[in-house]
Amino acid sequence: MARRAAPEVNAGSMADIAFLLLIFFLVTTTIETDSGISRKLPPPQEDNVEPPILKQKNIFVVELNKNNDLLVEEVPMELKDLREAAVKFLDNGGGNGEEACNYCQGAKDPTSSDNPTKAVISLRNNRETNYATYIAVQNELVAAYTTLRNREAERLFGKSFVQMEKDLKDVNYVGNKEGLKEDIKKIQFLFPEKLSEAEPKK
Amino acid sequence: MSKFNKKKSGELPAISTASLPDIVFMLLFFFMVATVMRQNTLMIDNKLPLADQIEKLDKKDLVMYIYAGKPSSRYRASAGNQARIQLNDKFANVDEIKAFILAERAAKREELIPFLTTALKVDGETNMGLVGDIKKELREVQALKINYTTRTGSAVDNLR
Repeated sequence: MARRAAPEVNAGSMADIAFLLLIFFLVTTTIETDSGISRKLPPPQEDNVEPPILKQKNIFVVELNKNNDLLVEEVPMELKDLREAAVKFLDNGGGNGEEACNYCQGAKDPTSSDNPTKAVISLRNNRETNYATYIAVQNELVAAYTTLRNREAERLFGKSFVQMEKDLKDVNYVGNKEGLKEDIKKIQFLFPEKLSEAEPKK
Repeated sequence: MSKFNKKKSGELPAISTASLPDIVFMLLFFFMVATVMRQNTLMIDNKLPLADQIEKLDKKDLVMYIYAGKPSSRYRASAGNQARIQLNDKFANVDEIKAFILAERAAKREELIPFLTTALKVDGETNMGLVGDIKKELREVQALKINYTTRTGSAVDNLR
């Protein structure tokens, strides 16, 4: 018996099927935005713990009132100037003796912070404050820390802090990751992120 | 001579559509790979604020999402027009967050629990009072790693 050739399948409608699937995926796709400002909340406080005593000059008070106005050390300020002001405060290094800061490049003003490891930024907000404004302020304060860390990392290790963190996450990075982790810790120790948030006022 | 027949002018040759399926398949595969199926249907307005000091959340399975914002227009009649919290496809009150976090934790393997992050997807127009309440609840259940989800852009544009 002669072998019968298999009849050819008509592929003309393949495009239609593919289109159907394509449109389904087009409609269901949402390019998710999963990036943002990472923060760590303080652990819940026990009632009878005395708050540590801080020198007034080591605290940088940033306040947002219910009209979304920004007050820095009780003086109104534009958001665009906040980053610079925070950098100036953190980098001041006005301490003497044990509290001296040998890597600061600030003005060494005795009325401003002693040392970046002592300096605390206190962020207060009102219940009526807008979330977008709050995020903008958070962003600027984080940016101030990043600026200083970048500068220190450039000085000590010849590359920016952002680059170091990127390298740490990069699977293709050639080099000593343990050492890199240590270096990152060192920078974080020089400029620790001390951002305190008070309970919002009613 | 028939060898040198003039081409008939004016008639365009038909474009071959034989490679159309290939092109469509290519697009299809791209979208199939890039698609992240939405876990929750949003019932609130969710216009995230802008920021540029951002970190990426890599491990999607280790993220718990809390949405907040004003109910979108079709839910406004039933849910009011004050900002609300949304957990898993339904509106929730502040005191339900604890139960939500505990339920999420219970669904994960034990060794992964310390790495869980809470992503706050909050509309830019929301008042900080609500966000503060959420944060207070999260502190009480020791869910301390949070991430304010934002879009990428200049933070100064938030004020407009």
